[in-house]
Parts: sequence; C-alpha cells; structure tokens
Amino acid sequence: MTNQFALPSIKYRKFKQAVFFTLLRFAAIINGTAIAIILFFLLKNGYKVINWTFLTQPPMDSMTRGGILPCIIGTLYLSLGAIVIALPIGIISAIYLNEYARSGRVLRIIRLGINNLAGIPSVVFGLFGLAFFVIYLKMGVSILAGALTLGLLSLPVIIGATEEALKTVPETYREASLGLGATRLQTIFRVVLPCAMPGILTGAILGISRAAGETAPVMFTAAVFFTPDLPSSIFDEIMALPYHIYVLATAGTEIETTRPLQYGTSLVLIALVFGMNLGAILLRAHLKRRMHI
Amino acid sequence: MLTAKKKILINPKFKELWMQRLFFVISSTSIFILLLIMIFLFAEGIPVLKKVSFVDFVFGKYWYPTSEPPAFGIFPLIAASVSVTVLSAIISIPLGVMTAIYLAEIASFKVHEIIKPMVELLAAIPSVVIGFFGMVIVSPFLQDVFDVSTGLNLLNAAMMLGFMSIPTICSISEDAISSVPGAMREASFALGATHLETILRVVLPASLSGIITSIILGMSRAIGETMVVLMVAGGAAMIPSSIFDPVRPMPASIAAEMAEAPFRGDHYYALFATGIVLFCFTLMFNLIADHIAYKYKQTGDSTL
Repeated sequence: MTNQFALPSIKYRKFKQAVFFTLLRFAAIINGTAIAIILFFLLKNGYKVINWTFLTQPPMDSMTRGGILPCIIGTLYLSLGAIVIALPIGIISAIYLNEYARSGRVLRIIRLGINNLAGIPSVVFGLFGLAFFVIYLKMGVSILAGALTLGLLSLPVIIGATEEALKTVPETYREASLGLGATRLQTIFRVVLPCAMPGILTGAILGISRAAGETAPVMFTAAVFFTPDLPSSIFDEIMALPYHIYVLATAGTEIETTRPLQYGTSLVLIALVFGMNLGAILLRAHLKRRMHI
Repeated sequence: MLTAKKKILINPKFKELWMQRLFFVISSTSIFILLLIMIFLFAEGIPVLKKVSFVDFVFGKYWYPTSEPPAFGIFPLIAASVSVTVLSAIISIPLGVMTAIYLAEIASFKVHEIIKPMVELLAAIPSVVIGFFGMVIVSPFLQDVFDVSTGLNLLNAAMMLGFMSIPTICSISEDAISSVPGAMREASFALGATHLETILRVVLPASLSGIITSIILGMSRAIGETMVVLMVAGGAAMIPSSIFDPVRPMPASIAAEMAEAPFRGDHYYALFATGIVLFCFTLMFNLIADHIAYKYKQTGDSTL
C-alpha cells in the first residue's frame, strides 16, 4: 500500500507551517527591535548632555567640555557641497539612461560602472580623494576635497533614485507631449522632470543623509581633530560630526570623561540623519498630493 | 550676430542632438570616475612592489609596517576581513532572508508598514554610530557573558556588520520574492500545497537569483565597511584562531594608519596597495552579483 507520492498528514503539514512561520516572525521581530535597542541605549545615556550650549558652543578644554557647533556646521557644509556636486550629474545621467539610451552594450557598460561605483568601499573613496583631490589637484585637506569625495560617493544613490522616479512617469505623458509637437528635450524638461520631482527630491535628501553620516572618506580629505575657528573658505579644514564621535571615542586620553559627549554627538548625528529621512518622506507625500499622481 | 543666434535657437534638431550628446558624456561620468579611482589606487599602491614581491605582500604573515625593518604582509588583514565577513553573513543571511519572506508573504499590511520602515531605518544609521554602540554597549556585554579578555573582537565586529547588511539583504530579497507572479502561487495552492510548501518549493526557487544577488551585495557591504571594524574589531594584526580574537581587517588598517604613514613612504604605498586588494574583493562581489542579476533577469513568468 506504500505510495511514493503519499504526503504526510495535513495536520503534520499545518504544524510544520506554524513552526516555520513562527520562526520567520521571530526573525522579523529581531530585526525590528535591533534599531529600537540601539536608539534606546543612545537616548538613555545621551539625552542629558543635549542642551542649547551643547548645540551652539565650540568644544572647550581640549574637547572634554563644551559643545559641537563646528562639527554640526562642518557636516552641513560637507553634505550640502556633496549634493551640489552630485545632483546635476546624477539627474542628467539618469535622464540619459532612462529617456535616451537604447538597451545595448553602451547602456550595459554605463550601468556596470554605476553599480560598481555604488559597491566601492567608502575607505577606498577616501584613499582616492586623498590621492586625487588633496594631493594631485593640490586642494589640500579642505571642505572642497571632502565635498567632492562625498559627492562621488552619493552619485549612485542619486542616479538610482532619479531613475526610479523617471520610471514612474507614465509613458502616455511623454506620448501626449510629443504628439502636441514638443521636442524630446521640451518633453523631458516640461513634462517628465516636473512629474518625477518628488522622487528626485527624495533621492537627493537620502543622498545628503548618506553623505552626512560617512566618516572614512572625510577623515583623509576634510576633517581634523580640532579647529577653533569656523571655516571661512572652501579651502579650510573643518570638524565633522561622525569624525568627532570617532575621535572622542577612540583617540583621546579622556575617553571615559567624554563618554556623555560621545553619546550626545551620536544622538545629534542620528537626529540629523533621521530628520532628513523623515523630511524626505513627508516632502514626497506632500508633493505627490499636490500633483495628483 | 543676432541672426546667427536666432538660427541656433530655431534649429531644434541641432540643439536636441547636441544636448543628447552632452547628456551621454555626463552620464559616462560614473565610468570615468571608476577608471580614475583605479588609476590613482594603482599609481599610489604599485610602488610597494619595489619593496616586497606580490606573493610576499598578499601571503606574508606579518604586518609590522612601522618596525625596523618593516614587514608588509597583509595576509592577517585579508584573513580578518574574510572571517569577519563570513561570520557576519552567518548572522545576516538567515535573519535577512527570513524577514524578507515574512514581509513579502505572511505579514499583514499593518505589520508590514511597521517592520519595513524599522529595517530601512537600520540602514540609515551612520556606521560610526553602530561602531560606537558596539564599543560601549556590546563589548562590555560580550566580555561579561563569555568571560573573554576583550569584548572588542571578531564576534562583536561580525554582529555589528551583520545587522548593517541585513537591510540590504532584506529589501532586495523582498523585491525578488514580491516579483514572483501571483499565478504561480495560485497554481501551487490549487494543487493542494500549504502556504509553507508553496513558499519553499515555488516562490523561493523562482526568486533565488534575486536572493543570491542580495546576499552578495550584503557581503560586499560588510567587507568594505570601515568604521565598525575600526572601532570594534580590536585591531590586532594576527590570523584569528577563535571568534573571540581581536582582528584587524583591511579597511581598519587603512583608516587607522593612513594619518601616521609618511607621505609616499613604503607604509603609505602599502596602505594604498591594501586598498587595491579591498577594491578587487568588492569589484569581484559586484561583478558576480551583476552577472547573476543580468543572466537570470526575470521577464514575465516565461523564463521561470
């Protein structure tokens, strides 16, 4: 009576399913709580140091007291500089890839280039920034060199986000515009780009937030342990939030005394990054509603 | 003068053509930068071969760049990078893929809308903050629980890296699983399969190429990650013999020593050469991922 196709009883199969699904649910819960645990410990240990002085004063007493204003400003300069560089190149690249290029070898090579650029470790970007911008182009350790390095780093993010945004614009919009006698360029600039704007802006903000949190690329190209002055030109060295955390946590002689400052700086950096992410989400929702798409 | 200007303005075809060419040139920037990165890495890294042979550099067991005479063997660094990455993959692959299956197949809309953003936010945390968390919270914890001499070790780094690569694995896998056509699931249900059997025998095989791509990209992110391994891996340049040994992966070595290395000295060249090795690792990962994604590109259910 043995049938090689006979299945175990349905009860057993249902039981197996229940066990598996519980495991899956458990994995998802672990992932969901990971972020909560990190935020909990940072908040618990760091909320006390965050006050107005901390946010608006430079570090004092060889960085054991005082605030982190130069780091906040430095990080803002670096990430804004990065986006100014990456946004135009990124948007135009995406337009070419999505609107002009026909699938073929050229497109495949460009895509391969973008994918590989996205996969390059940030420390290698740092080495490149050091060798090319700082030394070869003689920019020195400066905001400019750091912003350029970060700009190249966030280029693939911007291209990816813009392409996604362009893909969501219905083909009929393009056809309608071309049918009315508009040229391809007019269609792109007056129909496609405005419709894709929410997505592009979201991508831009995500690009900034990624650039703001990067440490390895700026530690060779822009950031210094400590500088008492706020930057006055793009050729100045600056302090940056991520590098400040690293320096305080590992390199100082007073690692234990500055622990609260380390927590506080981490919290400010996280607030900045999450704030940008949240802003991106809200902005996208707002623009989408306004444009009825 | 005016007429000439006007002529260009009213000649849209001319403008169109040149704009298209300009767009093409700009979109090649990425390739151009990739080449530039390779050129400069090699220009600053190859001179180390005057000092040590290629084989001694890659397979040399001793990394004492500042002693006299210096030893430039990066095998301990490579071993550290590989072991940290493999161990982190052991953590991130099951968690990432299982969460992706849960989100794509089982979770209700409400649960999906809660868990998905939390996993995505995990990706948004700057690596230096994860490193800091590993240093001040996880390290003392490991020291207490396992009674080891230092909590800054291979296991700690692998855990932090694992959680950093989960979002990559999870979101790409979820996309791959969601893109399996519904008709295939329905066919499986109609044959009497349970939901679990459908997932294991129909959905997962159909989305396997996407899942493998996600795993490779996740590992590529882990091997190149700098701040976490710099802060929590312990920093000892030796070949690890247990998961509680402190290690010094390649990115950590580059980031920690670059500031002290004399400009264009042997140490400086050796660090750039380490960068080349690291670059080759991630390039290999990315080419494999790209190849799989391209070869098994799903175009409708006909190719399944």
